[in-house]
Amino acid sequence: MSWLTRLIESPKSILSSSDSSSAPEGMWLKCPGCSETLYNKDLIRSKMVCSKCNEHLRIEAEKRASFLFDVDTFEEHDTTLKSVDSLNFKDKKRYKDRIKDANKKAGNSDAIRNYLGDIKGQITSASIFDFNYMGGSMGSVVGEKIVRGMERAIEYQCPYLLITASGGARMQEGVLSLMQMAKTSSVANRLNEAKLPFVCLLTDPTMGGVSASVAWLGDVILAEPKALIGFAGPRVIQETVGEKLPEGFQRSEFLLEHGLIDAIVDRRELPAHLKMLFEHLMHRAYRQAG
Amino acid sequence: MAYSYLEFERPIAELTEKIDELSQMGADSEVNIADEVERLRKKRDKLVEQTYSKADRGQMAQLSRHPDRPNFLDYVPMLFDDFQELHGDRAFADDGAIVGGIAKFRELSVMIVGHQKGRNTKEKLKRNFGMARPEGYRKALRLFKLAERFDMPVLTFIDTAGAWPGIDAEERGQSEAIARNLMDLAVLKVPVICTVIGEGGSGGALAIGVGDRLFMQQLTIYSVISPEGCAAILWRDRKFADEAAEALKPTAKDLETLNLIDAIIPEPAEGAHRNPEAAAEMMADVLDKALRELLKTPVEKLLEAREARLRQLGVFNGE
Ligand SMILES: [Zn+2]
Repeated sequence: MSWLTRLIESPKSILSSSDSSSAPEGMWLKCPGCSETLYNKDLIRSKMVCSKCNEHLRIEAEKRASFLFDVDTFEEHDTTLKSVDSLNFKDKKRYKDRIKDANKKAGNSDAIRNYLGDIKGQITSASIFDFNYMGGSMGSVVGEKIVRGMERAIEYQCPYLLITASGGARMQEGVLSLMQMAKTSSVANRLNEAKLPFVCLLTDPTMGGVSASVAWLGDVILAEPKALIGFAGPRVIQETVGEKLPEGFQRSEFLLEHGLIDAIVDRRELPAHLKMLFEHLMHRAYRQAG
Repeated sequence: MAYSYLEFERPIAELTEKIDELSQMGADSEVNIADEVERLRKKRDKLVEQTYSKADRGQMAQLSRHPDRPNFLDYVPMLFDDFQELHGDRAFADDGAIVGGIAKFRELSVMIVGHQKGRNTKEKLKRNFGMARPEGYRKALRLFKLAERFDMPVLTFIDTAGAWPGIDAEERGQSEAIARNLMDLAVLKVPVICTVIGEGGSGGALAIGVGDRLFMQQLTIYSVISPEGCAAILWRDRKFADEAAEALKPTAKDLETLNLIDAIIPEPAEGAHRNPEAAAEMMADVLDKALRELLKTPVEKLLEAREARLRQLGVFNGE
């Protein structure tokens, strides 16, 4: 089994997709970190973080948005964009059928959702990956949505927030998916020119083509605790070098130690953290002095 | 020099051997041997033509990494004069998997950067089989910026299975290094021309592959993942590499159909691996034409066009 398949099938992703308002009382699951029984009602309150071991459970984009934005201030955008099977790609299954199945499983927004809303009063354009949708893989729709999220930030002169959760490029779109790395990275330059804050939050997992492009181009790179983040998958590396991988390899804490990310942020403190960060980045003391 | 032959090139090898034997005998023999040699040569030409024009995508993938296919450094003396190699990323190391420096291309000083896979075992190890670490991409970026400062066009040559999947590479930020190149190449204020000369393997290829023109030599591939890697994930078995190659559509013709490249650079009928000089000449003509065109373009127009080119990548429905 490949590392990507294992990731997709790992117990973290068995969570139901019911949102906070419709979650039936008494629904529970076992924490993949400490095996503690966790009740859905409590989990929603703790933003799907285990109160016992601090495990940040994987969550879908919609739930993330509801945790991130101020109540009733946010709206999803660019929902009409749909993936096309332009290569007529078929492995054990047709890409067309994979899209259909993913739509059924994770909704019709492909592997990323775009939002505009307030984070503690600061209007923000955000793109949030959905790992439930084909492993959060980046194809043409994901690339286009990221670019539109950036362009929306420029239109509203507001920060752009990218929250990643992805196995990498979407192989079923062949080299078109590779080119999304170039496309998204190119448009990141326009945020720089506009002097608008671009913040990336890397969550479990962020790998391959997403990691090696737009995920690492923010002005500030944040990560959730213990997220798996890297270019090559651990199994591929293990097979290539034939060595045992170091303890905590490719986890957020490992990356922080190696100087690759700015900070690790607890999900429950994210909105407050972002608000302060955006305030700092947009204060422009020198320009005000002039 | 002893040639290597791929499995499906066997018939060409056998015919070539026969022709060689006959020609050696020919010197002190009947006249009709010369006729026979001539007949076999014609037959071989036809066979060669058919073998490569009818190669399926799995075979194209093999051809792109043919053991006799010229490396970047084989092309350098054929395409350029006065090459001065520039080493190192100024921070950690000099990565042999990517080679760069300044050279003259038809009287113009240009920056050239390419992957180097290595010809023999010793060089392959030194070059890490053309699989770069972060310092390789950072060296490339340093040279791109140097080129920008001195108004020097950039020519890149892509030939890699991919970026190195190693512990050290991850520790030093493989992802960040690749990402930074994509972003900075998109706005580099000099013309950038990229050419796939062998294997274009995923992000490790793209990291020196963003520019104003993208060319592929006829017998090369460019793919988001190697057919073997794709097979391992989607079929859960590397043995399905040929099926994966068919599905990924990675050949120069495929990319031309998808409007992702500007042109296919033709190769001599027998392939660049049998006639590197002819292949270099054909490449030089295409590069020269593109370069002259771009040199006439003012920088604002150049960057505008590059931005538009990158912005429109992708195929989807809806608004
Ligand atoms: Zn726990």
